Amino acid sequence: MAQFQALVLNMFEQGFLFAFLGLGVLITFRFFRFPDLTAEGSYPLGGAVAAALLVEGIDPFLASFAAAGAGAVAGTITALIHTKLRINNIIAGIIAMTALYSINLRVMGKANVPLLNTPTVFSETVDGLNRFGFNLHDNVYTTIPIALVLLVAAAVLLVWFFATDLGLAVRATGQNETMIASLGVDTDRTKMVGLALSNAFIAFSGALVAQNHGFADIGMGIGILVTGAAAVLIGEAIFGDRTVAWWVLAAICGTVIYRLLVALALRVGLQPVDLRLVTAVLLLLALTVPRWRVRVLK
Amino acid sequence: MTPLLELAGVTKRFHAGTPSEAVALRNITLTLAAGDFVTVIGSNGAGKSTLLKTIAGMIAPDAGTISFDGRDITHLPVYRRAATIGRIAQDPGDSTCAAMTIEENLAMAERRGMPRGLRRAVTQTARARFVAALAPIGLGLESRLGIRVVALSGGQRQALALLMATLAGARLLLLDEHLAALDPRTADIVMDLTARVVAERALTTLMVTHKMQDAIRFGNRLIMMHAGAIILDVRDDAKAALTVEALVTRFHEVGSEMTEDRVLLTT
Repeated sequence: MAQFQALVLNMFEQGFLFAFLGLGVLITFRFFRFPDLTAEGSYPLGGAVAAALLVEGIDPFLASFAAAGAGAVAGTITALIHTKLRINNIIAGIIAMTALYSINLRVMGKANVPLLNTPTVFSETVDGLNRFGFNLHDNVYTTIPIALVLLVAAAVLLVWFFATDLGLAVRATGQNETMIASLGVDTDRTKMVGLALSNAFIAFSGALVAQNHGFADIGMGIGILVTGAAAVLIGEAIFGDRTVAWWVLAAICGTVIYRLLVALALRVGLQPVDLRLVTAVLLLLALTVPRWRVRVLK
Repeated sequence: MTPLLELAGVTKRFHAGTPSEAVALRNITLTLAAGDFVTVIGSNGAGKSTLLKTIAGMIAPDAGTISFDGRDITHLPVYRRAATIGRIAQDPGDSTCAAMTIEENLAMAERRGMPRGLRRAVTQTARARFVAALAPIGLGLESRLGIRVVALSGGQRQALALLMATLAGARLLLLDEHLAALDPRTADIVMDLTARVVAERALTTLMVTHKMQDAIRFGNRLIMMHAGAIILDVRDDAKAALTVEALVTRFHEVGSEMTEDRVLLTT
């Protein structure tokens, strides 16, 4: 029973923290229909920027939003490489990802920055609440609701944005670029907005995960795009494809379910070294199972 | 009076300098007065579509200038011409956004050429405007604002595209065989709708069509293209006096390969 409880708590905690990544990947992978490899660099960039600032004694919330800002800049640069230099979007992402590896090392100064003695957005919030007479501790029971509140705010922001004039133009850019350009939209600009927003979410996820895990590491972004894509696809396989709000919800739930499946895989005896294999299989299943379902229904 | 659209010496070669070089537009000079409704005919590869794409800004000419309302727009990108130029392509998938709803598509079209910020796109008042705009079309789209365009038929999508092209601001309408993918009955409905919208909004229009009767019946002017050049330009009474036979004869004179041409099949 205790084991089951730990499993569920871990699923929600890690699921909610990684869900920001899922939301970021949703924007590029689903709306723009290409796998943006910038994520492999912007996710650790978020961790690196947050860690570097936290070590300097900067407020954790400020540090986390600065991390998101750094992600937005990374996304903007990928967009500029793609649009102004006319480089294929996947190659542009690879170039940004490669450059970010060195930048992340520069930002951190070393390959791993421990954050065990610095405050985090979680400890800061707990301390803040305790000042109002609560008696809370910085643990999984407080991390889950704090992460959930941030996540709901992020989801509301995304759904609101994609219903504005600019948001519709960004979505249409990924769906039918010729058409939206013929309505007077500078698609170079909307691509920049979309990629900046996506990588801001991804970097924010990296910042939160680094604070939760107690370190930022240069290797934390390896395979992260596949993780995000798996979460988005699992969500889509279960929820189907309807409105933006539905997609956002599906990406969040997909991430939580993905974390559960990973935790279960470890529970049944697979080792951490096997996780990439598990992710690959999950991705494959998320891509193929919806097709079977359609066939059965027909 | 300044003409609305003026092309002077517009030339376009594809694959220039290679063995497959093809001249798509050969020194085209064309002037459209405000309110002109010009139908464009010609065999495949005559340059009709290239002409429209060049005017829209999708293809950059190798030589020549394009002016709109007295302003040189030759080097403007598509999105900077869009405030005043609407275009509908042949494929119903091209001019609307399939994954988005009817109301979202119309909301995007309503902001044609205008800055797009963080204003809510689909409001209740916008919905009321969309219903008012869709109802006269008579396809029942006004009661389906929230469904995705992918669920619509080709004819419905082209009707929606027509509305999107003309909803806001556009003064020049470019129709690039916008009926060609539709079945004959639907094509007639969308064509009638086109004529109505063009008349109501006094739009200057260039309509490429492979249906000779439509080319003769609609508009006040007809041009025929062949091998990248305009070889016939008739208007008003002379146009009204045209017959399908006369046009086919004219095609023969310029040596079109009529046996392979779908123009023959659809006369």
